[in-house]
Amino acid sequence: MGVTMDNTREIALHVEGLKKYFPIRRGIFQSHVGDVKAVDGVSFDVYKGETLGLVGESGCGKTTTGRTIIRLYEPTDGKVIFKGKDLAKLSSNEMRHMRKSMQMIFQDPYASLNPRMSVFGIVGEPLEVFQLANRQERRERVAELLELVGLNPDFMTRYPHEFSGGQRQRIGLARALALNPDLVVCDEPISALDVSIQAQVVNLLEDLQDKLGLTYVFIAHDLSMVRHISDRVAVMYLGKIVELTDRSTLYANPLHPYTQALLSAVPVPDPVIEEKRQRILLEGDLPSPANPPKGCNFNTRCPKAIDICHEVEPEMVEVQPNHFCACHLVKPVG
Amino acid sequence: MTNETKQTLVIDEEQFLPRREMSNLERWLGTDTYRALRGMVTNPTSIVGLVLLGLFLFIALAAPILAPPISSNPYQIPRDGYGSVPKPPGTLWNSRQPELPFWWKPIMGTDQWVHIMGTASGQWDIYYGVVWGTRTALQVGLLITFVGAAVGITIGAVSAYYGGWLDMVLMRITDIFMAFPFMLAAMTLSAVLTPVLGKGLFPPMIALMAFGWTGFARLLRSDILSVREREYVLAAQVIGVKDARILFRHILPNAIFPTLVLGSMRIGSYVITFAGLSFLGIGAEVGYADWGQLLSFARAWMTNLGEYWYIVIFPGVALVLFTLSWNLVGDALRDVLDPRMQGSR
Ligand SMILES: Nc1ncnc2c1ncn2[C@@H]1O[C@H](COP(=O)(O)OP(=O)(O)OP(=O)(O)O)[C@@H](O)[C@H]1O
Ligand SMILES: [Mg+2]
Repeated sequence: MGVTMDNTREIALHVEGLKKYFPIRRGIFQSHVGDVKAVDGVSFDVYKGETLGLVGESGCGKTTTGRTIIRLYEPTDGKVIFKGKDLAKLSSNEMRHMRKSMQMIFQDPYASLNPRMSVFGIVGEPLEVFQLANRQERRERVAELLELVGLNPDFMTRYPHEFSGGQRQRIGLARALALNPDLVVCDEPISALDVSIQAQVVNLLEDLQDKLGLTYVFIAHDLSMVRHISDRVAVMYLGKIVELTDRSTLYANPLHPYTQALLSAVPVPDPVIEEKRQRILLEGDLPSPANPPKGCNFNTRCPKAIDICHEVEPEMVEVQPNHFCACHLVKPVG
Repeated sequence: MTNETKQTLVIDEEQFLPRREMSNLERWLGTDTYRALRGMVTNPTSIVGLVLLGLFLFIALAAPILAPPISSNPYQIPRDGYGSVPKPPGTLWNSRQPELPFWWKPIMGTDQWVHIMGTASGQWDIYYGVVWGTRTALQVGLLITFVGAAVGITIGAVSAYYGGWLDMVLMRITDIFMAFPFMLAAMTLSAVLTPVLGKGLFPPMIALMAFGWTGFARLLRSDILSVREREYVLAAQVIGVKDARILFRHILPNAIFPTLVLGSMRIGSYVITFAGLSFLGIGAEVGYADWGQLLSFARAWMTNLGEYWYIVIFPGVALVLFTLSWNLVGDALRDVLDPRMQGSR
């Protein structure tokens, strides 16, 4: 693919041509009648220590991308290179050990903690399953982790029902950090929280990134949420990445019509600019990933679509250094 | 730098306070179970069920005091002669009067032991049969349910956990078992088993177990499948928990409760089906303390039940109340637990 690398920085995660199709089965014989192409050829790099934001509207395949990277779902095709290994090819036991280095936090803090386990059981479980510590050591480590995420270590004996959403998300974070991972996939970790709590959790994530040198893939469904935390942003539409560049470039100079439409919906703090902000309204709904349109999959809603868009699928090209875009209307400069 | 970190980490105090304090009992039982149990002791239907159940439990435990056994086999109903015409409640014992229970004289002021509930044809003492029959009912109900649930839970769990063709095969087998009308299938199987195992409680019990596990398997399988998709199970996979531990630590504890509720509701219906088989003569030998068996004495007097009502009423009421108590408890459990299950049988 056309995604070349920035040689000056170390790559933590390299994703290439990743696909995840969910088979659609019908009838008594469960015959295979088609696929939901939830992720359909996604490529990107994540640099060490950075936060890559992954943005797109609901149903575009963000969660599936995150879960396939971490191999909660078996990839249909493509490569996920992490620590020099292609995760898609690891045996389940090798993958289990790889999980020490890559973790995930989930969207719904009310569903991601087992209601039958105490905080100690939940946060200490990774240490327990890899037999890294005896009970006493686990207790100390869990206390340390709870403090790290801003919770009182005395809460160890309590159960998930006793906590608020923000607190639960911190518990989930403590669990993810228990094994000292390098990479954390954050799947909309703040969308389910009150606005007042969101900022706290984002700040916590940033602090931990500085302290522990973490690399994040941060999934969100609108651009305003990732603006603060991301170093680079990938915009996803219907299972594909349409634009990928660093944050400031993306917000200042969005190239893909879809990115432009998304950005037009984000309020600008400057009143003068805000006054002139024009919303680009996208017509129609997100097409079904089981039956994506021919050519560019955005053509059904694109305000600028031309003939070629209905015929040929655009390639991802590096329009400017480190600015990738997949659109027939966007040509590389120089 | 460190200062800055401190800054952002300071969170309003409220964040540190847990939302809700839990009692230790609630911690130990888990919130769902605790809520269910609390619901049970505040819900009028379930209170009626629990009281009735307590009564039956008391009768079963106190059977040797309520009706002292006459022979070494306490389940053998004593008989007062061999006459074929039933005698009404209150008739004095003639011959072979059993030992008087100690509470009889202080209450009744006499040491004449009577047939409290009358006798059935063959002079079997109905009172004795009802009291010791409570034990039989509990034993039969609990054992059938226990074995049926154990088989069903195993099959449901294996099916849901391994999925694929094994799931397919096991579920088709379950369908086949469910396709038979329950009573008819149990009757046929116990009739087949009786010559092999001899007449007694086992043939109908085994037959009921053989056809009773299907509901448990279905229910648990579907609950496991739904719990398996919850994010905490995914989270466990992400932290590298092995499959067996995921099943036993994360999935089963969150999926098993509705199955246990189903079990409590099934106890009553198993006992009534078992009594039905006994009534038809498949099951306990004549003279064994078993409600269905007692009821079968009434078969010869169907046309004179106005006169010999006591042969039907006492064991019949015991059977109905017993079934009712389990159903009330099960219904209440189902309601406090899970609205999804409402309407399933
Ligand atoms: N297990 C699955 N089986 C079948 N289809 C699935 C499965 N998981 C997701 N999909 C489908 O794949 C597509 C992408 O879903 P995904 O959850 O990845 O989207 P998302 O971008 O995370 O959306 P949201 O913002 O709502 O979380 C959707 O059309 C969804 O219906
Ligand atoms: Mg999602």
